[in-house]
Amino acid sequence: MLAPEEQEVLWLSLRIAFWSVLVSLPFAIAVAYLLARASFPGKTLFDAAVHLPLVLPPVVVGFFLLILFGRRGPLGEILDSWFGIVLAFRWTGAALAAGIMGFPLMVRAIRLSFETIDRKLEAAASTLGAGRAGVFVTITLPLALPGIITGVLLSFARSLGEFGATITFVSNIPGETRTLPLAIYTYTQTPAGDAAALRLSAIAVLLSLAALYVSEVLVRRAARRVAGQDAFGRH
Amino acid sequence: MLSVDIERGLGEFRLAASFEAGEGVTALFGRSGAGKTSVVNAIAGILRPDRGRITINGEILFDAARGIDVATPRRRVGYVFQEGRLFPHLNVRQNLNYAGLFSRGMPASEFDRVVELLGLRELLDRSPGNLSGGEKQRVAIGRVLLSSPRLLLLDEPLASLDAHRKSEVLQYIELIRDEVKVPIVYVSHAVEEVVRIADTVVLMSAGRVLAVGAAEDVMGRPDLRPGEGTFEGGAVIDARVVEQDMEQDLATLAFDGGTLTAASVDALIGEPVRVRIRARDVSIALDRPQRISIQNVLEGTIAQVGERPNGVVDVAIAVGGTTLRSRVTRRAARQLGLARGLSVYALVKAVSLSR
Repeated sequence: MLAPEEQEVLWLSLRIAFWSVLVSLPFAIAVAYLLARASFPGKTLFDAAVHLPLVLPPVVVGFFLLILFGRRGPLGEILDSWFGIVLAFRWTGAALAAGIMGFPLMVRAIRLSFETIDRKLEAAASTLGAGRAGVFVTITLPLALPGIITGVLLSFARSLGEFGATITFVSNIPGETRTLPLAIYTYTQTPAGDAAALRLSAIAVLLSLAALYVSEVLVRRAARRVAGQDAFGRH
Repeated sequence: MLSVDIERGLGEFRLAASFEAGEGVTALFGRSGAGKTSVVNAIAGILRPDRGRITINGEILFDAARGIDVATPRRRVGYVFQEGRLFPHLNVRQNLNYAGLFSRGMPASEFDRVVELLGLRELLDRSPGNLSGGEKQRVAIGRVLLSSPRLLLLDEPLASLDAHRKSEVLQYIELIRDEVKVPIVYVSHAVEEVVRIADTVVLMSAGRVLAVGAAEDVMGRPDLRPGEGTFEGGAVIDARVVEQDMEQDLATLAFDGGTLTAASVDALIGEPVRVRIRARDVSIALDRPQRISIQNVLEGTIAQVGERPNGVVDVAIAVGGTTLRSRVTRRAARQLGLARGLSVYALVKAVSLSR
């Protein structure tokens, strides 16, 4: 049904979205926890900085990434010479761009979850012998699970749709950085590309629907667990 | 042995508490807002006092002067909260085993013993959301027992339960007191609970300790009434069941000074019970009354007559080795010529059993 290069586009998009979410998740949890629980000078500014990708034009984010992580950029040079990691014009760069664009969404969802946790439960855990890390792993994190799932799926969906930052930072290279939205855009600019654009658009719709459905099911299940009810909903 | 001597200023409210708690149950008793929960929070390390010292068996948990403040997880103080605070994402078994994750757990034999003791076998695979209030508190108590505590803190564990559940959970707490040799600090504002369960009472009001002593003494002191809105002055008597009349639903209780008849109790013959007789339920007669509905007429001697405001007089009557309290009007006291050493009959209108 799909041409080989269209299949390639699909798999590349999924791979980029997967890695962008996986790598940004621990940072998002840490930032969300900090914003929900800690108070420190400059917190408001930090909060604003985390949310910046949400309000900035994506092209601007891509441009900053290019300046910072380009081969000659300050961070890009360090990554290249120390670790041999090159981001510019690679799929890894596309994952970075997608991860950064989805980051505020992920942080928001997880932070909300942290804020609704009854902190008395954490105090109870500490009287039973759990230290800070123990409380976090056994109480805080499991109770925040609905928010974590929501955050992961939101940012996954956001990654799949990322366009502006990606095309600015890593360009539109077939098989390397040409993700679903970029491919659709390219086909619309090609004579007789409408059919392919339509097929890929249909896939984008299906993927988004699937992501929303999975998130809904998982969140509902996790919420029931967090509320302390059996799977059967006995009461 | 727990020793507490702490001070803390919380805005307008100042807390200054000093007492010691040994074997058995020590009740922190007083109306809400008296600072009872602040004291147990300080013992658990959840609240940090400004000054003072807290030790268990000589080991320092907190010492402001020496800068010692042992972290909550390392205090090994078991805390049963008012609302249970079971972890909603874990089932009952996982809740009970929670302390085991942090090497505070007990061997499997202990787990079985606690599960049997508290009747938790059927609940093990249930989720906290599907438990009744009483079941939740039993699980919370079990969870704490399985964390190898050196001391149990129970903060109004019955407050959110209805009357029936209250007495059920209280029975389990009594069982714990008798079976598990861990000192218990029991916070409550309910006279019935304190009278029923406490060995020692620490009476608190407005952040201060008003009295510390054996339950019979503290709970019987009428002079403590003004500070305590919920405190009903009266006598607390340790007695023993000598007869149960099932037909008439009456029980005969023997105490140091005579016998009392009371509505039948849920206790076996020979079992100890604690009885509370409120001062306002005791009348005084100079002669043994004839043809009277009151069943309990006790002969005694007036030990003390205390004037009180509002035209009333508190009379202490020695009956054998026990002291009853009676509250009568000043006019009645004058008419009868009540004075120390006078032989009288105490007419007890109501005997409430604490167990």
